[in-house]
Amino acid sequence: MSSEQTADLGAGHEARVEHTTDIEIRLLIEAIYLKYSYDFRDYSGASIKRRIQHALHQFDCRTVSALQERVLYEPAMFMQLLQYLTIPVSEMFRDPEHFLALRREVVPLLKTYPSLKVWVAGCSTGEEVYSMAIMLHEEGLLDRTMIYATDINPTSLERAKQGIYSLENIRAYTRNYQLAGGQSAFSDYYTAGYEHAIMDSRLRRNVTFADHSLATDSVFSETQLVSCRNVLIYFNRKLQDRAFGLFHDSLSHRGFLMLGSKETLDFSAYSDAFETLSKPERIYRKL
Amino acid sequence: MNRYQAVVVGASAGGVEALLGLFGALPSHFALPIMTVLHLPDGRHSQLAQVFERRLGRMVREGQDKAPIEPGIIYVAGPSYHLSVERDFTFSLSQEDRVHYSRPSIDVLFESAADAYGKGLVGVLLTGANEDGAKGLVSVQQCGGLTLVQDPAQARIAIMPEAALALMRPDYILPIAGLARLLAELDTSAC
Ligand SMILES: C[S@@+](CC[C@H](N)C(=O)[O-])C[C@H]1O[C@@H](n2cnc3c(N)ncnc32)[C@H](O)[C@@H]1O
Repeated sequence: MSSEQTADLGAGHEARVEHTTDIEIRLLIEAIYLKYSYDFRDYSGASIKRRIQHALHQFDCRTVSALQERVLYEPAMFMQLLQYLTIPVSEMFRDPEHFLALRREVVPLLKTYPSLKVWVAGCSTGEEVYSMAIMLHEEGLLDRTMIYATDINPTSLERAKQGIYSLENIRAYTRNYQLAGGQSAFSDYYTAGYEHAIMDSRLRRNVTFADHSLATDSVFSETQLVSCRNVLIYFNRKLQDRAFGLFHDSLSHRGFLMLGSKETLDFSAYSDAFETLSKPERIYRKL
Repeated sequence: MNRYQAVVVGASAGGVEALLGLFGALPSHFALPIMTVLHLPDGRHSQLAQVFERRLGRMVREGQDKAPIEPGIIYVAGPSYHLSVERDFTFSLSQEDRVHYSRPSIDVLFESAADAYGKGLVGVLLTGANEDGAKGLVSVQQCGGLTLVQDPAQARIAIMPEAALALMRPDYILPIAGLARLLAELDTSAC
């Protein structure tokens, strides 16, 4: 790839001539959309390019075109590629201070509702969902809450449903739980095996896991709280605005929105449609 | 128009001192945006931008997701996320795997900036005990940009500049003062 880039430049072509790899990446993204209806066309380009190049290496494909052929003819190959494209990384009570702010600033207001709907968008392997359920349980809200946990990666959703996590991470999660204002012992919420912690299934009694894409699907329910964390950084501004539109439409009057620690409404078309409840913790409220 | 539109800088061990020396020696009207990755231990709220701003008396900002890159500002990558440049000259953040044990990674910033700015980019690699940045500097060169490496003999830790020299021949190998002088010339040679 790199020698080709130099050759392009050497031929005296000016900046606007697209490099072959960039053309191939656009074609691959288009092929995935046409064949599998997954729409990555408005994701942040730099990250998509890196992940495709990483996948090339892993799958031993010489060019993106070669990868495209395999993706089009082998659905299993697409599923593997999806694991690279979606970055399925998460933690329990990730950024504990955000969950603490949620507990302190938002929960008291949620308690005034007779029933609640919470949407965790881009829930990945479920850590955020269990964190949310534990907090709602401790605040006496879980029984009257319905949680919708959505993602586009079926493998991640399956793992989220199982709620089995590596014991290695439990120490870090326990610390996060405490920093997030946890009121009991984190070990109350899982059963430890040799290598795994199995989350208490009562936590997901009111959870519906569903395949839903912020890029292609529409609003499905009225909610009081939406949590969408570390998903929007992978979208370009246009797609971010689409997602913010969905959250805005889904949230009931004066509903709450929580984003990831580096995500903001500041540069979006919806910055005026929400007020900031807690800036460092990225909690917003619909106006 | 200025041939050069932006500068990317990478540093690791010994980098705070090197960066303060480099940025401190630039003329106050230096207008090219400068984007920096300095390896630091993980921590939620790095105070790097504030510390640099105070020490340098110039505008220093953490690179924020989707923020447009503006002239006259020194940007630093915040902790725990890779910082990339998009084709529309905005930043994007991501939590992909670490590169050379590092997130933010110099390679990630340099490669994405090389894609976005092409021959309008200047890449500068400084002191460090890690090989991050070497491949990134190769990308800067392949996309037609200008490449500068701190003279390893003068770098606090030579591993990072030497890793680059093992992969490529940069346009200049200079000590900090020389790098600053050259950058100043690149900016004022405008029009
Ligand atoms: C880095 S994980 C974030 C997990 C969790 N929210 C957290 O903060 O720990 C990003 C998730 O976003 C999901 N995702 C990517 N594109 C999506 C889309 N268009 N709609 C819904 N989810 C998406 C990915 O599948 C992945 O599981």
